[in-house]
Amino acid sequence: MERWLRGWQPFALMVVVLVAAPFAVYPVLLMKALCFALFACAFNLLLGQVGLLSFGHAMFFGVAAYASADLAKEWGLGTVPAIALATLLSAVLGLVVGAIAIRRQGIYFAMITLGLAQMVYFLCLRAESLTGGENGVQAVPRGTLLGAVDLGANLPMYFFVLAVFLASFGVIARATHSPFGEVLRAIREHEPRATSLGYEVNRFKLVAFVLSAALTGLAGATKAFVFQLASLTDAHWQTSGEVVLMTLLGGMGRTYGPIFGAFLIVVLEHYLADFGGWVTVLRGAIFVLCVLAFRQGIAGTAMSFMRRGPGVHQR
Amino acid sequence: MQALFSQLLVGLINGSFYALLSLGLAIIFGLLNVINFAHGALYTCGAFAAWLLLEHAGVGYWPSLVLAPLLVGLLGVAIERSMLRRLYREDPLYGLLLTFGLALITQGAFSLRFGSSGQPYQIPSALQGATDLGFVVLPNYRAWVVLCSVAVCGAVWFQIERTRLGALLRAATENPTLVRAFGVNVPRMITLTYGAGAALAALAGVLAAPIYRVSPLMGADQIIVVFAVVVIGGMGSIFGSIVSGFALGLVEGMTRVVYPEGSDTVVFVLMALVLIFKPAGLFGKAA
Repeated sequence: MERWLRGWQPFALMVVVLVAAPFAVYPVLLMKALCFALFACAFNLLLGQVGLLSFGHAMFFGVAAYASADLAKEWGLGTVPAIALATLLSAVLGLVVGAIAIRRQGIYFAMITLGLAQMVYFLCLRAESLTGGENGVQAVPRGTLLGAVDLGANLPMYFFVLAVFLASFGVIARATHSPFGEVLRAIREHEPRATSLGYEVNRFKLVAFVLSAALTGLAGATKAFVFQLASLTDAHWQTSGEVVLMTLLGGMGRTYGPIFGAFLIVVLEHYLADFGGWVTVLRGAIFVLCVLAFRQGIAGTAMSFMRRGPGVHQR
Repeated sequence: MQALFSQLLVGLINGSFYALLSLGLAIIFGLLNVINFAHGALYTCGAFAAWLLLEHAGVGYWPSLVLAPLLVGLLGVAIERSMLRRLYREDPLYGLLLTFGLALITQGAFSLRFGSSGQPYQIPSALQGATDLGFVVLPNYRAWVVLCSVAVCGAVWFQIERTRLGALLRAATENPTLVRAFGVNVPRMITLTYGAGAALAALAGVLAAPIYRVSPLMGADQIIVVFAVVVIGGMGSIFGSIVSGFALGLVEGMTRVVYPEGSDTVVFVLMALVLIFKPAGLFGKAA
């Protein structure tokens, strides 16, 4: 069963569902879910594989959103170059933040990333000429795909976002199921052992951090074009908390888990948007429930259910 | 000059709250190995408890100063007994995630019930007015907050470092199994420690109520700065958490005079610098 889940079949199933989805569901909602799914997958690369809990990933999401919005709106760059440059910027930020944060482990790492993200948040709040302060950068033109396809309409934009998501998912899956990924898991399981085997642990952590930051930036930059808006919310600690929630609910360290989590949370919040404060209470309650009773998340629980299911006698 | 002193005074007030909050975090972390993300929420709970006691029971500031920490301390005991206790054998990250969830629930519930704009709380009549010290005009209530914070931090430090109970606490931090073998009820000690940490946060909340408005978000932004303070000071040391709390408040106040734009980021910049040059923190032992 597990081998089956690692193969191409579940991926093909996901592609079919996602290609058909916009004809049944409002595409903007789906695009939001895809951006957050990419965000959660990038976050999960760090938490699930290396065991590093970043509580500040919103800084990469937010900074990349601002960068791509400014590049497209003020500098007149095309959609694809703007997203590419914003992703690169996010990777550079990831290099700086990662180099500082990996100096401590475990819970310290979470507090440090949270602190650095709060610093970036205040910088965004202050740099009004670039970020528009409380207003954000509004009316970002969606532009065209390499001058050929107009992305103003929702359906072409959806397939563009889907392509970005699938490509990034491929990158993450490739990194996870490679010798590089094996080393990352070795570090997660027992860091001193990985060190004593001769691996430069910090270099591996840093590479994983930069990769995660870059893909998070890619998600943020794409999101800025979907909503034609980059705002302070993107860089706020609550967004960092939200991606942790998505990953926890979906299943930490599971390939498809964060995608389930992201879709579930985005859809849930879409339908509960009118209830204001209840959404915060609900998020908190899901956190508490997941930690106390549902630590494997949706994907993990589904896996162990299938393993125990009729006719399957592996392990 | 006047501006410098008044900003330093504001810094000292903020530092008083940082010290009280980071002290509670350090005690809880020492024994439970949990980063208490709910600390900001417990601080908010303290402020709201004082406000609710006044609005609905006519209980004034002075009784609240004792009652609110007591009530929130009991809440802390309940949280530890019902939830945190189940997580000690798991990865410490789960404690962080659980308390983060609890913080969100509290914050959301208060916003639903009381709105997010915040409620005013009167300064008690005995502490209204201000004293002119020549170089700066010192509002009496703020002087009280600083004195109270110094006294409480000092008392807690004395309790932990210089008494028999404190010795047991420190021993249980080092090696809980061994201390249990001596017949000490360590689980009960852990419960009471979390309760005491929660009560400290609530005390800070009551002290803060007349200065800041009583609002659901008052703890959320505070706690992130306090985390940075804790990283700078180093987790291991009770003394370090108190000193770095006050010191960083003053540094923040100074920054507001020299470079106002940097006042809300200076603590985080310092955190990054400390991590580069002394990763264990100023008072911490090397990991």
